[in-house]
Amino acid sequence: MYAQMVKAEGAKSREEMSEQERVFQDRIDRGEKIEPKEWMPEGYRKTLIRQIGQHAHSEIVGQLPEGNWITRAPTLERKAILLAKVQDEAGHGLYLYSAAETLGVSRDELLALLHNGKMKYSSIFNYPTLNWADIGTVGWLVDGAAIMNQVQLQKTSYGPYSRAMIRICKEESFHQRQGYDILLKMCLQGTHEQKEMAQDALNRFWYPSLMMFGPSDKDSVHSAQSMQWKIKINTNDELRQKFVDQTVPQAEYLGLTIPDPNLKWNEAKGGYDFSEPDWNEFFDVINGNGPCNVERMEARVTAWEDGAWFREGLMAHAKKQDARRAAARVAAE
Amino acid sequence: MSSEWPLWEVFIRGQHGLNHRHVGSLHAPDAEMAICNARDVYTRRNEGVSIWVVKSNEITASAPSEKGPLFEPSNSKIYRHPTFFDIPAEVGHM
Repeated sequence: MYAQMVKAEGAKSREEMSEQERVFQDRIDRGEKIEPKEWMPEGYRKTLIRQIGQHAHSEIVGQLPEGNWITRAPTLERKAILLAKVQDEAGHGLYLYSAAETLGVSRDELLALLHNGKMKYSSIFNYPTLNWADIGTVGWLVDGAAIMNQVQLQKTSYGPYSRAMIRICKEESFHQRQGYDILLKMCLQGTHEQKEMAQDALNRFWYPSLMMFGPSDKDSVHSAQSMQWKIKINTNDELRQKFVDQTVPQAEYLGLTIPDPNLKWNEAKGGYDFSEPDWNEFFDVINGNGPCNVERMEARVTAWEDGAWFREGLMAHAKKQDARRAAARVAAE
Repeated sequence: MSSEWPLWEVFIRGQHGLNHRHVGSLHAPDAEMAICNARDVYTRRNEGVSIWVVKSNEITASAPSEKGPLFEPSNSKIYRHPTFFDIPAEVGHM
């Protein structure tokens, strides 16, 4: 998930395409995967770098709100589980950076773009995790929304991205379940106060979770080309609808109330009607003014800068070892 | 100054008796660290019993543009498949 507002050009009609572009589009329409060294339109490459890069950054920055609770998890078991989950997020970030790198951008370049604010990560990670119920809610809603998006992306046209998504989806279900399990304990076996905490967490995370799918289709100018290229399979609104339909019964089971007075089952469309999130808040958060934007970026930049001596040291050691091996070979000859 | 760690391709043997299979890539300063990182990145759920790593820039790959000359010649050689030959049912399994 985690790719919101990825810039792409408008879709081209067949007449506007060059011969090469038509052949490329035909391959995509036949369901063929595009592989790294093959010819691709520059726009396809650029859009993918933005989308996969943003996705990777989100996995990495997404470790921060949860990492915040590793030392404060209520039991040793919960701590081990959360640690494993956060480690998975690091792994997901790495799969995705590798996929982006096959498009001719380096890891360091991608990180530099994150650190100087030219590339974004998902708006959701700019909200704070205030208590343990938030960790349950993040797993349930945020990972739930991420799965909704990532399942369809397994079918994306770019081979390395599709394969990264398949790996990620296999692991992601654990994330959502561990979150829901935290809430099951709090809501069904916990005290009144614990259930209140869970309700409060849902109240705060509901609309930011809906925002994860990006702006409404009518305002999403970048979708058409991405869908033609199968970089995106479903529209933002389709995914948001699916997410709401899936989540409402889960909330009911917990005995929690979705904080939306307009939420109502619509028999005709076979789904729920619900309120749109506040899109002004979304754009505000994307533009750097969410509750934790500054803190998140500071944490990432600090980690990068503090790790520089270590990265360089290991590289220097590796070079020295190489030189020694080479010298030993020469001496032996 | 660039201290970017080189890229390594990772191959994992999923079970005894199977081939190593390419699973992805990662950055590491040297081969030993590449193995350590591959363990953490690609085998968190018992995916493997053995890991190979090789520097990405030491892999020679066929070019996509050579796909025709390389692979098309075998298209017409359908007699290489056993199903090309009709063996009478009376002969039994062959």
